[in-house]
Amino acid sequence: MALRPDLAIIADAVPAGTRVLDVGCGDGTLIAALRDKGVDARGLEIDPANVTAAIARGQSVVQGDANHDLGEYPAGAFDYAILSQTLQTTERPDRVIEELLRIAPHAFVSFPNFAHWRIRLALLWNGRMPVTRLLPVAWYETPNIHHLTVSDFRELLRERGIVVERAWYLSGDRPTSAAAASWRAEHAIFLISRG
Amino acid sequence: MTIDRPLPLDSGQQLASVTIAYQSYGTLNADRSNAVLVCHALTGDQYVACDHPTTGKPGWWARMVGPGKPIDTDRYFVLCANVLGSCMGTSGPATVDPATGAPFGMGFPVITIADMVRAQAMLLDHLGIARLHAVVGGSMGGMQALAWASAYPERLVSAIVIASAARHSAQNIAFHEVGRQAIMADPDWQGGQYYAAHAPTKGLAVARMAAHITYLSEAGLTEKFGRRLQARDAKSFGFDADFQVESYLRYQGLAFTDRFDANAYLYITRAMDYFDLAEAHGGRLAAAFAGAGDVRFTLVSFDTDWLYPTAESRRIVQALQSVGAAASFVELSAPFGHDSFMLDVPALDRLVAGALRNGG
Repeated sequence: MALRPDLAIIADAVPAGTRVLDVGCGDGTLIAALRDKGVDARGLEIDPANVTAAIARGQSVVQGDANHDLGEYPAGAFDYAILSQTLQTTERPDRVIEELLRIAPHAFVSFPNFAHWRIRLALLWNGRMPVTRLLPVAWYETPNIHHLTVSDFRELLRERGIVVERAWYLSGDRPTSAAAASWRAEHAIFLISRG
Repeated sequence: MTIDRPLPLDSGQQLASVTIAYQSYGTLNADRSNAVLVCHALTGDQYVACDHPTTGKPGWWARMVGPGKPIDTDRYFVLCANVLGSCMGTSGPATVDPATGAPFGMGFPVITIADMVRAQAMLLDHLGIARLHAVVGGSMGGMQALAWASAYPERLVSAIVIASAARHSAQNIAFHEVGRQAIMADPDWQGGQYYAAHAPTKGLAVARMAAHITYLSEAGLTEKFGRRLQARDAKSFGFDADFQVESYLRYQGLAFTDRFDANAYLYITRAMDYFDLAEAHGGRLAAAFAGAGDVRFTLVSFDTDWLYPTAESRRIVQALQSVGAAASFVELSAPFGHDSFMLDVPALDRLVAGALRNGG
């Protein structure tokens, strides 16, 4: 099965032989891809059915909540922390990012860009919270409680003195440029560090 | 198997020689790397996957261990040994003390979970198994698996710990004390020297009844029995077993006395009460696992288990994470309370199979 495009980018960018924590790892799809290339990948996942599926695949996954349980990992326990499509669901995204960079010197963070032109247009024309392919749930039941844009994320990193090592911007499955990302990226992936 | 080497005990005493009764299933491979040690619970035994010689019932974990089962005996050499202090062939209080020619009774030294594990390690030495592919256990079996990882991490690839804890809580100790007092209050107990006469079956049955309640969930009991009456249409206004749940508990208590020794129950519950893996490490559980960073752990708890609740498993996971061990943990939903680990929970089967296949 082909990996989701953002996961494929992350799987490709993580060097073999490293230790990785995938926060919000789902059923372990990315962990499986990482282990195939010789990465010691482990996971944290909130949904017990997903955790069970991952452990049944032979993976090391702990049932837990990114909002509360990252503090249990010692500082520098991993080389990379990964948070894919989860940041916008956390109670305090800024604290979660700080935790990721405490646990590992590098972190991949991916999220849907709320400033994509389709969302801007939907808001402009309809005056309604947009329901899109990447954000398919109505406002009252969405788990995405902290929508953010590419510009918001860059600003937060700047405020906190966090460095962008690399960034990828996707429109559908296709890459788009950093300059146009604010409008054109449906989805952004950042590799960040303390510099 | 009898080992004529002294077994040093945590109490400072030692046993001059130890007999360990065990069963094995499957075949040890050429490089001796496929051994899986299954550790049994308080009243369990080595008959994990074969019929019990006394009761004739199938093995207590036959649904988990066997050909094609999650702990697949076509693939693994599965060992299960009766724990030290028990009564199914391994040295315990019912064993004859060579010094006196009479059963030890209360003269048997008080043992600990670590002592049980030390005896199992001697068995593995005897069998020429340097390293286990996995040690697996539920409840007290999980305590042994944790003690294994603490004492002999270099001898383990992985540990699977189900519905267990790294210490006995005040509530755990309290329930055990009720059971012990029931046994010792039985006039037949005779200070533990009852082997030539009548065993304290009444006391042991009450101990089992009290303990059995702790193995089930309130919702499970309600679903199974509710307030239904036992073989009658109306309350008797007496003290017969009016309710189905009373009748069930009486049966459980009585049946237990056919297969278990009251003194063994005293010794093993004591060992569990003394269990606190962090105690010898300044109260720091992580320090107990300091050498276990390369062992792969899988921990499972059940949402209806109030005897060893999820918080106890989480505490262990936290300690393991702080030493960098690869740990998996999930709380499964199952209606059967603590006993869920032995009952029909298909998710548990998948977890155990996956954890073993991965070499952890």
